[in-house]
Amino acid sequence: MLNSDNKTDVIVVGAGPAGISCAITIARKGKRVVLIERGMFAGSKNVFGGAIYTQPTKEIFPNFETEAPVERRNIAHNFMILGKEDSTTISYRKSGNGSYSVIRGKFDRWAAQEAKNAGVTIVEQTVVRELIKNGTTVVGVKTELEDYYADIVVLADGVNSLLAKQTGLRKDIDTKDVALSVKEVLKLDKDIINHRFNVKDDEGVIGQIFGGPMLGILGLGFMYTNKDSVTIGLGVTLNDLVENNYRPFELLEQLKNHPSIAPLIEGGTLKEYNAHLIPEGGYKKIPKLCDNGVMIVGDAGMLVNNLHWEGTNLAMISGKLAGETAVEALNAENFSKKFLSRYEKALKNSFVIKDMHTYKDLMDICHERQKAFLDYYLKKINSFFEMFTTVNSVPKRENYWKFIKSIFTDRKICELFKDLWAIIRLLWGILL
Amino acid sequence: MNIDKKLYTLKYTPDSKSHLNPDKEQCKLCNSRNCTYICPAGVYEWNEEKQELIVNYENCLECGACRIACERKSLDWQYPKGTKGVTFKQG
Repeated sequence: MLNSDNKTDVIVVGAGPAGISCAITIARKGKRVVLIERGMFAGSKNVFGGAIYTQPTKEIFPNFETEAPVERRNIAHNFMILGKEDSTTISYRKSGNGSYSVIRGKFDRWAAQEAKNAGVTIVEQTVVRELIKNGTTVVGVKTELEDYYADIVVLADGVNSLLAKQTGLRKDIDTKDVALSVKEVLKLDKDIINHRFNVKDDEGVIGQIFGGPMLGILGLGFMYTNKDSVTIGLGVTLNDLVENNYRPFELLEQLKNHPSIAPLIEGGTLKEYNAHLIPEGGYKKIPKLCDNGVMIVGDAGMLVNNLHWEGTNLAMISGKLAGETAVEALNAENFSKKFLSRYEKALKNSFVIKDMHTYKDLMDICHERQKAFLDYYLKKINSFFEMFTTVNSVPKRENYWKFIKSIFTDRKICELFKDLWAIIRLLWGILL
Repeated sequence: MNIDKKLYTLKYTPDSKSHLNPDKEQCKLCNSRNCTYICPAGVYEWNEEKQELIVNYENCLECGACRIACERKSLDWQYPKGTKGVTFKQG
Protein backbone atom coordinates (compact mmCIF):
# COMPACT_ATOMS: atom_id res chain seq x y z
CA MET A 1 0.00 0.00 0.00
CA LEU A 2 2.80 2.38 0.87
CA ASN A 3 4.29 1.99 -2.59
CA SER A 4 1.13 2.95 -4.42
CA ASP A 5 1.26 5.53 -7.20
CA ASN A 6 0.06 8.33 -5.01
CA LYS A 7 3.45 8.62 -3.29
CA THR A 8 5.43 11.83 -3.38
CA ASP A 9 8.31 13.33 -1.38
CA VAL A 10 6.34 15.87 0.65
CA ILE A 11 2.65 16.65 1.12
CA VAL A 12 1.79 20.12 2.39
CA VAL A 13 -1.77 20.58 3.68
CA GLY A 14 -3.15 24.09 3.22
CA ALA A 15 -2.29 26.78 0.66
CA GLY A 16 -1.95 29.78 2.92
CA PRO A 17 1.25 31.81 3.38
CA ALA A 18 2.89 29.04 5.44
CA GLY A 19 1.95 26.16 3.15
CA ILE A 20 2.83 27.93 -0.09
CA SER A 21 6.19 29.11 1.34
CA CYS A 22 6.99 25.60 2.49
CA ALA A 23 6.01 23.94 -0.80
CA ILE A 24 7.90 26.43 -2.99
CA THR A 25 11.05 26.07 -0.86
CA ILE A 26 10.97 22.29 -1.37
CA ALA A 27 10.17 22.46 -5.09
CA ARG A 28 13.00 24.92 -5.74
CA LYS A 29 15.40 22.25 -4.44
CA GLY A 30 14.08 19.82 -7.03
CA LYS A 31 12.00 17.65 -4.71
CA ARG A 32 8.46 16.50 -5.45
CA VAL A 33 5.81 18.25 -3.41
CA VAL A 34 2.01 18.16 -3.46
CA LEU A 35 0.13 21.09 -1.93
CA ILE A 36 -3.46 20.24 -1.00
CA GLU A 37 -5.98 23.06 -0.59
CA ARG A 38 -9.60 22.66 0.50
CA GLY A 39 -10.88 25.87 -1.13
CA MET A 40 -11.95 26.51 -4.72
CA PHE A 41 -8.54 28.11 -5.26
CA ALA A 42 -5.57 29.04 -3.06
CA GLY A 43 -6.70 32.03 -1.02
CA SER A 44 -10.42 31.36 -1.23
CA LYS A 45 -10.65 30.27 2.42
CA ASN A 46 -7.91 32.58 3.70
CA VAL A 47 -8.58 35.68 5.75
CA PHE A 48 -6.24 38.16 7.43
CA GLY A 49 -6.13 41.80 8.45
CA GLY A 50 -4.41 43.30 5.57
CA ALA A 51 -0.63 43.73 5.32
CA ILE A 52 2.30 41.61 4.25
CA TYR A 53 5.81 42.56 5.30
CA THR A 54 8.38 43.22 2.61
CA GLN A 55 11.57 41.73 4.04
CA PRO A 56 10.22 38.28 5.03
CA THR A 57 8.01 38.08 1.93
CA LYS A 58 11.07 38.76 -0.24
CA GLU A 59 12.81 35.76 1.33
CA ILE A 60 10.21 33.58 -0.38
CA PHE A 61 9.20 35.75 -3.36
CA PRO A 62 12.15 38.02 -4.24
CA ASN A 63 10.14 39.51 -7.12
CA PHE A 64 6.87 40.19 -5.32
CA GLU A 65 7.08 43.99 -5.20
CA THR A 66 6.99 44.26 -8.98
CA GLU A 67 5.13 41.04 -9.86
CA ALA A 68 2.50 40.38 -7.19
CA PRO A 69 -0.93 42.00 -6.96
CA VAL A 70 -0.22 44.36 -4.04
CA GLU A 71 -2.58 47.18 -3.11
CA ARG A 72 -0.77 50.05 -1.38
CA ARG A 73 2.70 50.56 0.09
CA ASN A 74 2.19 51.52 3.73
CA ILE A 75 3.82 54.77 4.70
CA ALA A 76 2.09 55.50 8.00
CA HIS A 77 0.99 53.70 11.14
CA ASN A 78 -1.80 55.40 13.06
CA PHE A 79 -2.20 54.26 16.65
CA MET A 80 -5.72 55.30 17.59
CA ILE A 81 -6.80 55.26 21.21
CA LEU A 82 -10.57 55.49 21.28
CA GLY A 83 -12.65 56.55 24.26
CA LYS A 84 -16.42 56.25 24.16
CA GLU A 85 -16.76 59.44 22.12
CA ASP A 86 -13.27 60.89 21.81
CA SER A 87 -9.89 59.67 20.60
CA THR A 88 -6.16 60.34 20.66
CA THR A 89 -4.08 59.33 17.66
CA ILE A 90 -0.34 58.93 17.40
CA SER A 91 0.81 58.69 13.82
CA TYR A 92 4.21 57.56 12.67
CA ARG A 93 4.87 58.39 9.06
CA LYS A 94 7.88 57.67 6.90
CA SER A 95 7.92 56.92 3.23
CA GLY A 96 9.31 53.45 2.75
CA ASN A 97 8.30 50.00 1.64
CA GLY A 98 8.19 48.04 4.90
CA SER A 99 4.81 46.54 4.18
CA TYR A 100 2.04 46.42 1.59
CA SER A 101 -1.69 46.00 1.96
CA VAL A 102 -2.90 43.06 -0.09
CA ILE A 103 -6.16 41.29 -0.86
CA ARG A 104 -5.66 37.68 0.17
CA GLY A 105 -7.84 36.29 -2.60
CA LYS A 106 -5.58 37.90 -5.19
CA PHE A 107 -2.19 37.61 -3.49
CA ASP A 108 -2.44 33.96 -2.44
CA ARG A 109 -3.62 33.02 -5.90
CA TRP A 110 -0.55 34.72 -7.36
CA ALA A 111 1.72 33.05 -4.77
CA ALA A 112 0.20 29.65 -5.57
CA GLN A 113 0.86 30.25 -9.28
CA GLU A 114 4.50 31.04 -8.42
CA ALA A 115 4.63 27.74 -6.53
CA LYS A 116 3.16 25.96 -9.54
CA ASN A 117 5.79 27.55 -11.78
CA ALA A 118 8.47 26.29 -9.38
CA GLY A 119 7.16 22.75 -9.79
CA VAL A 120 4.69 22.35 -6.94
CA THR A 121 1.67 20.16 -7.74
CA ILE A 122 -1.40 21.91 -6.37
CA VAL A 123 -4.53 19.88 -5.65
CA GLU A 124 -7.47 22.22 -5.00
CA GLN A 125 -11.02 21.63 -3.73
CA THR A 126 -9.79 18.72 -1.64
CA VAL A 127 -10.16 18.37 2.11
CA VAL A 128 -7.67 16.26 4.04
CA ARG A 129 -9.76 14.40 6.62
CA GLU A 130 -7.18 12.24 8.32
CA LEU A 131 -3.50 11.46 8.57
CA ILE A 132 -2.34 7.99 7.59
CA LYS A 133 0.07 6.50 10.07
CA ASN A 134 2.39 3.55 9.97
CA GLY A 135 2.97 2.86 13.64
CA THR A 136 3.95 6.23 15.10
CA THR A 137 5.04 7.69 11.78
CA VAL A 138 2.84 9.84 9.58
CA VAL A 139 3.09 8.47 6.05
CA GLY A 140 0.26 10.17 4.19
CA VAL A 141 -3.14 11.79 4.19
CA LYS A 142 -6.69 10.64 3.56
CA THR A 143 -8.83 12.98 1.49
CA GLU A 144 -12.47 12.53 0.49
CA LEU A 145 -11.46 10.91 -2.77
CA GLU A 146 -7.97 9.52 -2.58
CA ASP A 147 -5.18 8.65 -0.22
CA TYR A 148 -1.86 10.34 -0.82
CA TYR A 149 1.44 9.11 0.55
CA ALA A 150 4.67 10.98 1.26
CA ASP A 151 7.88 10.75 3.24
CA ILE A 152 6.93 13.94 5.06
CA VAL A 153 3.59 15.63 5.69
CA VAL A 154 3.61 19.33 6.60
CA LEU A 155 0.51 20.66 8.35
CA ALA A 156 -0.25 24.21 7.24
CA ASP A 157 -3.97 23.84 7.76
CA GLY A 158 -4.47 26.95 9.82
CA VAL A 159 -5.60 27.90 13.28
CA ASN A 160 -8.20 25.15 13.59
CA SER A 161 -5.74 22.46 12.47
CA LEU A 162 -7.85 19.39 13.11
CA LEU A 163 -4.88 17.43 11.77
CA ALA A 164 -2.41 18.78 14.35
CA LYS A 165 -4.92 17.65 16.94
CA GLN A 166 -4.94 14.18 15.37
CA THR A 167 -1.18 13.93 15.69
CA GLY A 168 -1.60 14.45 19.41
CA LEU A 169 0.83 17.36 19.24
CA ARG A 170 -1.91 19.91 19.78
CA LYS A 171 -4.53 19.88 22.50
CA ASP A 172 -7.95 21.52 22.44
CA ILE A 173 -7.74 25.28 22.23
CA ASP A 174 -9.05 27.36 25.11
CA THR A 175 -11.31 30.38 24.49
CA LYS A 176 -8.54 32.54 25.99
CA ASP A 177 -6.06 31.44 23.34
CA VAL A 178 -7.85 32.65 20.23
CA ALA A 179 -9.32 35.93 19.09
CA LEU A 180 -12.32 36.02 16.81
CA SER A 181 -11.80 38.62 14.17
CA VAL A 182 -14.48 40.10 11.93
CA LYS A 183 -13.82 42.60 9.20
CA GLU A 184 -15.37 44.43 6.30
CA VAL A 185 -13.86 45.54 3.03
CA LEU A 186 -15.57 48.77 2.03
CA LYS A 187 -15.39 50.04 -1.51
CA LEU A 188 -14.36 53.68 -1.72
CA ASP A 189 -13.11 55.85 -4.52
CA LYS A 190 -9.33 55.94 -4.88
CA ASP A 191 -9.25 59.74 -4.68
CA ILE A 192 -11.43 59.76 -1.58
CA ILE A 193 -9.05 57.34 0.13
CA ASN A 194 -6.05 59.45 -0.88
CA HIS A 195 -7.74 62.57 0.46
CA ARG A 196 -9.04 61.14 3.74
CA PHE A 197 -5.82 59.35 4.63
CA ASN A 198 -3.52 62.06 3.29
CA VAL A 199 -1.65 59.81 0.87
CA LYS A 200 -0.84 59.67 -2.82
CA ASP A 201 -1.84 56.89 -5.22
CA ASP A 202 -0.37 53.55 -4.13
CA GLU A 203 0.56 54.88 -0.68
CA GLY A 204 -1.31 53.40 2.25
CA VAL A 205 -1.97 53.74 5.96
CA ILE A 206 -2.31 51.13 8.69
CA GLY A 207 -4.64 51.96 11.56
CA GLN A 208 -4.17 50.15 14.86
CA ILE A 209 -7.14 50.75 17.09
CA PHE A 210 -7.41 50.44 20.85
CA GLY A 211 -10.55 50.93 22.95
CA GLY A 212 -13.83 52.22 21.59
CA PRO A 213 -16.32 49.33 21.67
CA MET A 214 -13.48 47.18 22.99
CA LEU A 215 -12.88 49.22 26.15
CA GLY A 216 -12.25 46.80 28.99
CA ILE A 217 -12.10 43.70 26.84
CA LEU A 218 -9.08 42.08 25.27
CA GLY A 219 -9.51 43.22 21.71
CA LEU A 220 -7.92 45.42 19.08
CA GLY A 221 -9.15 47.00 15.91
CA PHE A 222 -7.42 47.45 12.59
CA MET A 223 -7.76 49.46 9.44
CA TYR A 224 -5.96 49.08 6.11
CA THR A 225 -6.17 51.06 2.91
CA ASN A 226 -6.36 49.10 -0.32
CA LYS A 227 -6.33 50.52 -3.86
CA ASP A 228 -10.03 51.29 -3.98
CA SER A 229 -11.28 49.96 -0.68
CA VAL A 230 -10.71 50.30 3.03
CA THR A 231 -10.58 47.33 5.39
CA ILE A 232 -11.88 47.79 8.92
CA GLY A 233 -12.12 45.08 11.50
CA LEU A 234 -11.53 44.00 15.04
CA GLY A 235 -10.42 40.93 16.91
CA VAL A 236 -11.59 40.07 20.41
CA THR A 237 -10.52 37.09 22.50
CA LEU A 238 -13.22 34.47 22.27
CA ASN A 239 -13.20 34.34 26.05
CA ASP A 240 -14.36 37.96 26.31
CA LEU A 241 -17.11 37.43 23.72
CA VAL A 242 -18.36 34.42 25.66
CA GLU A 243 -18.17 36.15 29.06
CA ASN A 244 -19.97 39.27 27.89
CA ASN A 245 -22.46 37.73 25.43
CA TYR A 246 -21.17 39.99 22.67
CA ARG A 247 -21.97 39.47 19.03
CA PRO A 248 -18.78 40.24 17.10
CA PHE A 249 -20.50 41.97 14.18
CA GLU A 250 -22.32 44.28 16.60
CA LEU A 251 -18.99 45.36 18.08
CA LEU A 252 -17.76 46.03 14.54
CA GLU A 253 -20.84 48.16 13.82
CA GLN A 254 -20.11 50.17 16.97
CA LEU A 255 -16.50 50.66 15.87
CA LYS A 256 -17.62 51.78 12.41
CA ASN A 257 -19.98 54.29 14.02
CA HIS A 258 -17.37 55.74 16.40
CA PRO A 259 -17.10 59.50 15.76
CA SER A 260 -13.38 59.17 14.98
CA ILE A 261 -13.79 56.24 12.58
CA ALA A 262 -17.08 56.97 10.80
CA PRO A 263 -15.81 59.93 8.71
CA LEU A 264 -12.96 57.79 7.35
CA ILE A 265 -15.28 55.13 5.92
CA GLU A 266 -18.34 57.26 5.18
CA GLY A 267 -20.02 56.36 1.91
CA GLY A 268 -18.13 53.06 1.65
CA THR A 269 -20.16 50.20 0.22
CA LEU A 270 -19.62 46.71 1.58
CA LYS A 271 -17.61 44.53 -0.78
CA GLU A 272 -17.15 41.65 1.62
CA TYR A 273 -17.69 40.74 5.24
CA ASN A 274 -15.68 37.90 6.70
CA ALA A 275 -14.37 36.35 9.88
CA HIS A 276 -11.40 34.36 11.08
CA LEU A 277 -9.85 33.02 14.27
CA ILE A 278 -6.40 34.27 15.27
CA PRO A 279 -4.15 32.20 17.52
CA GLU A 280 -3.42 34.45 20.50
CA GLY A 281 -2.08 32.05 23.08
CA GLY A 282 1.49 33.20 22.56
CA TYR A 283 4.71 31.40 23.36
CA LYS A 284 3.31 29.22 26.12
CA LYS A 285 0.70 27.69 23.80
CA ILE A 286 3.03 26.72 20.96
CA PRO A 287 2.78 22.94 20.63
CA LYS A 288 5.62 20.58 19.72
CA LEU A 289 6.03 21.29 16.03
CA CYS A 290 7.31 17.96 14.75
CA ASP A 291 6.96 14.23 15.12
CA ASN A 292 7.91 11.22 13.01
CA GLY A 293 7.16 12.17 9.41
CA VAL A 294 5.29 15.38 10.23
CA MET A 295 5.92 19.10 10.84
CA ILE A 296 3.53 21.92 11.77
CA VAL A 297 3.86 25.48 10.40
CA GLY A 298 2.10 28.86 10.60
CA ASP A 299 -1.20 29.36 12.44
CA ALA A 300 -1.53 25.58 12.90
CA GLY A 301 1.50 25.92 15.18
CA MET A 302 -0.04 29.00 16.87
CA LEU A 303 2.77 31.19 15.52
CA VAL A 304 1.41 34.73 15.84
CA ASN A 305 2.91 37.85 17.41
CA ASN A 306 -0.30 39.63 18.31
CA LEU A 307 1.12 42.82 19.82
CA HIS A 308 2.79 43.66 16.52
CA TRP A 309 -0.07 42.48 14.29
CA GLU A 310 2.34 39.94 12.79
CA GLY A 311 1.25 36.55 11.54
CA THR A 312 1.82 36.09 7.83
CA ASN A 313 5.55 36.73 8.21
CA LEU A 314 5.85 34.12 10.96
CA ALA A 315 3.83 31.78 8.76
CA MET A 316 6.04 32.32 5.72
CA ILE A 317 9.32 31.94 7.58
CA SER A 318 8.16 28.89 9.53
CA GLY A 319 7.07 27.38 6.21
CA LYS A 320 10.41 28.13 4.65
CA LEU A 321 12.37 26.65 7.57
CA ALA A 322 10.22 23.51 7.57
CA GLY A 323 10.77 23.28 3.81
CA GLU A 324 14.54 23.47 4.26
CA THR A 325 14.45 20.76 6.91
CA ALA A 326 12.28 18.60 4.63
CA VAL A 327 14.89 18.86 1.86
CA GLU A 328 17.68 17.89 4.29
CA ALA A 329 15.60 14.97 5.54
CA LEU A 330 14.92 13.76 1.99
CA ASN A 331 18.64 13.93 1.18
CA ALA A 332 19.46 12.00 4.37
CA GLU A 333 16.43 9.70 3.94
CA ASN A 334 15.69 10.22 7.59
CA PHE A 335 12.17 11.31 8.54
CA SER A 336 12.35 10.68 12.26
CA LYS A 337 11.16 13.10 14.88
CA LYS A 338 14.78 13.60 15.88
CA PHE A 339 15.87 14.61 12.40
CA LEU A 340 12.83 16.82 11.79
CA SER A 341 13.46 18.62 15.08
CA ARG A 342 16.08 20.54 13.10
CA TYR A 343 13.10 22.60 11.99
CA GLU A 344 12.21 23.42 15.58
CA LYS A 345 15.82 24.32 16.27
CA ALA A 346 15.97 26.61 13.24
CA LEU A 347 12.73 28.25 14.32
CA LYS A 348 14.13 28.81 17.82
CA ASN A 349 17.17 30.51 16.35
CA SER A 350 15.01 32.75 14.17
CA PHE A 351 12.97 35.84 15.08
CA VAL A 352 9.83 33.68 15.08
CA ILE A 353 10.30 31.93 18.41
CA LYS A 354 12.60 34.64 19.78
CA ASP A 355 9.86 37.27 19.37
CA MET A 356 7.20 34.99 20.77
CA HIS A 357 9.45 34.28 23.75
CA THR A 358 9.98 38.01 24.26
CA TYR A 359 6.23 38.42 24.78
CA LYS A 360 5.72 35.17 26.67
CA ASP A 361 4.07 36.92 29.65
CA LEU A 362 2.06 39.42 27.63
CA MET A 363 -1.18 37.50 27.40
CA ASP A 364 -1.19 36.46 31.06
CA ILE A 365 -0.67 40.06 32.11
CA CYS A 366 -3.28 41.32 29.65
CA HIS A 367 -5.89 38.87 30.93
CA GLU A 368 -5.01 39.82 34.50
CA ARG A 369 -5.01 43.60 34.02
CA GLN A 370 -7.30 44.14 31.04
CA LYS A 371 -9.72 46.37 32.93
CA ALA A 372 -6.81 48.66 33.78
CA PHE A 373 -4.81 48.69 30.56
CA LEU A 374 -7.64 48.36 28.06
CA ASP A 375 -10.19 50.53 29.78
CA TYR A 376 -9.02 52.85 32.54
CA TYR A 377 -5.71 54.03 31.09
CA LEU A 378 -7.05 54.36 27.55
CA LYS A 379 -9.78 56.63 28.86
CA LYS A 380 -7.22 58.43 31.00
CA ILE A 381 -5.04 59.23 27.99
CA ASN A 382 -8.05 60.79 26.32
CA SER A 383 -9.07 62.69 29.43
CA PHE A 384 -5.55 64.10 29.72
CA PHE A 385 -5.79 65.56 26.24
CA GLU A 386 -9.32 66.74 26.92
CA MET A 387 -8.00 68.60 29.97
CA PHE A 388 -5.00 69.93 28.01
CA THR A 389 -7.08 71.28 25.15
CA THR A 390 -10.02 72.65 27.13
CA VAL A 391 -10.24 76.43 27.42
CA ASN A 392 -12.63 77.30 30.25
CA SER A 393 -10.94 80.09 32.24
CA VAL A 394 -10.00 77.64 35.00
CA PRO A 395 -6.30 78.13 35.85
CA LYS A 396 -4.20 75.42 34.22
CA ARG A 397 -2.46 74.47 37.47
CA GLU A 398 -5.82 73.61 39.01
CA ASN A 399 -6.64 71.39 36.04
CA TYR A 400 -3.30 69.61 36.30
CA TRP A 401 -3.70 68.90 39.99
CA LYS A 402 -7.27 67.75 39.51
CA PHE A 403 -6.05 65.31 36.87
CA ILE A 404 -3.16 64.03 39.00
CA LYS A 405 -5.42 63.67 42.04
CA SER A 406 -7.93 61.67 40.00
CA ILE A 407 -5.33 59.01 39.26
CA PHE A 408 -5.12 58.33 42.99
CA THR A 409 -8.81 58.59 43.73
CA ASP A 410 -10.44 56.89 40.71
CA ARG A 411 -9.37 53.47 41.86
CA LYS A 412 -7.82 51.87 44.90
CA ILE A 413 -4.14 52.68 45.47
CA CYS A 414 -3.32 48.97 45.57
CA GLU A 415 -4.62 48.68 41.98
CA LEU A 416 -2.07 51.32 40.96
CA PHE A 417 0.71 49.24 42.47
CA LYS A 418 -0.59 46.13 40.71
CA ASP A 419 -0.54 48.03 37.39
CA LEU A 420 2.99 49.23 38.04
CA TRP A 421 4.10 45.71 38.96
CA ALA A 422 2.51 44.34 35.79
CA ILE A 423 4.38 46.90 33.68
CA ILE A 424 7.68 46.07 35.40
CA ARG A 425 7.10 42.33 34.84
CA LEU A 426 6.22 42.92 31.23
CA LEU A 427 9.21 45.15 30.52
CA TRP A 428 11.50 42.76 32.37
CA GLY A 429 10.27 39.92 30.18
CA ILE A 430 10.61 41.95 26.99
CA LEU A 431 14.04 43.46 27.60
CA LEU A 432 15.90 40.75 29.50
CA MET B 1 -26.51 46.87 8.87
CA ASN B 2 -27.89 43.48 9.85
CA ILE B 3 -25.96 40.26 9.51
CA ASP B 4 -27.98 38.91 6.58
CA LYS B 5 -26.99 41.89 4.47
CA LYS B 6 -23.34 41.36 5.38
CA LEU B 7 -23.47 37.68 4.47
CA TYR B 8 -25.09 38.59 1.17
CA THR B 9 -21.64 39.82 0.02
CA LEU B 10 -20.24 36.28 0.16
CA LYS B 11 -20.24 33.49 -2.34
CA TYR B 12 -21.59 30.25 -0.91
CA THR B 13 -21.81 26.79 -2.39
CA PRO B 14 -23.86 24.98 0.24
CA ASP B 15 -23.73 21.24 0.72
CA SER B 16 -26.96 19.27 1.14
CA LYS B 17 -25.71 17.99 4.51
CA SER B 18 -24.55 20.07 7.48
CA HIS B 19 -20.85 20.04 8.38
CA LEU B 20 -21.81 21.31 11.85
CA ASN B 21 -23.50 18.69 13.99
CA PRO B 22 -24.22 19.52 17.62
CA ASP B 23 -25.27 16.80 20.01
CA LYS B 24 -28.89 17.90 20.42
CA GLU B 25 -29.29 16.26 23.80
CA GLN B 26 -26.29 18.15 25.14
CA CYS B 27 -27.69 21.39 23.70
CA LYS B 28 -30.79 20.98 25.87
CA LEU B 29 -28.58 20.80 28.94
CA CYS B 30 -26.37 23.70 27.91
CA ASN B 31 -26.52 26.79 30.10
CA SER B 32 -24.69 29.39 28.07
CA ARG B 33 -25.54 28.60 24.43
CA ASN B 34 -22.44 30.57 23.51
CA CYS B 35 -22.79 29.59 19.88
CA THR B 36 -26.01 31.60 19.52
CA TYR B 37 -24.21 34.91 19.91
CA ILE B 38 -20.46 34.50 19.29
CA CYS B 39 -20.92 33.14 15.76
CA PRO B 40 -19.93 35.87 13.30
CA ALA B 41 -22.51 34.60 10.81
CA GLY B 42 -25.36 34.01 13.26
CA VAL B 43 -25.49 30.36 12.25
CA TYR B 44 -27.03 29.13 15.50
CA GLU B 45 -30.47 29.94 16.85
CA TRP B 46 -32.23 28.41 19.82
CA ASN B 47 -35.82 27.38 19.23
CA GLU B 48 -37.46 27.64 22.63
CA GLU B 49 -40.64 25.89 21.53
CA LYS B 50 -38.94 22.83 20.10
CA GLN B 51 -36.08 23.01 22.61
CA GLU B 52 -33.74 22.59 19.71
CA LEU B 53 -30.71 24.27 18.22
CA ILE B 54 -31.28 25.45 14.67
CA VAL B 55 -28.10 25.32 12.59
CA ASN B 56 -28.08 27.54 9.51
CA TYR B 57 -24.88 25.86 8.31
CA GLU B 58 -25.23 27.36 4.80
CA ASN B 59 -24.14 30.72 6.28
CA CYS B 60 -21.03 29.36 8.01
CA LEU B 61 -17.77 31.31 7.53
CA GLU B 62 -15.77 28.25 8.67
CA CYS B 63 -13.90 30.21 11.35
CA GLY B 64 -14.17 27.52 14.03
CA ALA B 65 -15.19 29.82 16.91
CA CYS B 66 -18.25 27.71 17.82
CA ARG B 67 -16.15 24.59 18.15
CA ILE B 68 -13.94 26.24 20.75
CA ALA B 69 -16.69 28.20 22.50
CA CYS B 70 -19.02 25.19 22.87
CA GLU B 71 -19.44 24.87 26.62
CA ARG B 72 -20.14 21.14 26.50
CA LYS B 73 -17.63 20.35 23.77
CA SER B 74 -20.41 18.53 22.00
CA LEU B 75 -20.19 20.01 18.52
CA ASP B 76 -18.98 17.79 15.73
CA TRP B 77 -17.26 20.42 13.58
CA GLN B 78 -15.80 19.51 10.20
CA TYR B 79 -14.75 21.48 7.18
CA PRO B 80 -17.31 21.34 4.38
CA LYS B 81 -16.46 19.15 1.38
CA GLY B 82 -13.81 20.45 -1.00
CA THR B 83 -16.17 22.09 -3.44
CA LYS B 84 -18.58 23.39 -0.80
CA GLY B 85 -18.89 26.19 1.71
CA VAL B 86 -17.85 29.81 1.60
CA THR B 87 -15.50 31.43 -0.91
CA PHE B 88 -13.80 34.68 0.04
CA LYS B 89 -12.85 36.97 -2.81
CA GLN B 90 -11.21 39.60 -0.62
CA GLY B 91 -10.01 37.68 2.43
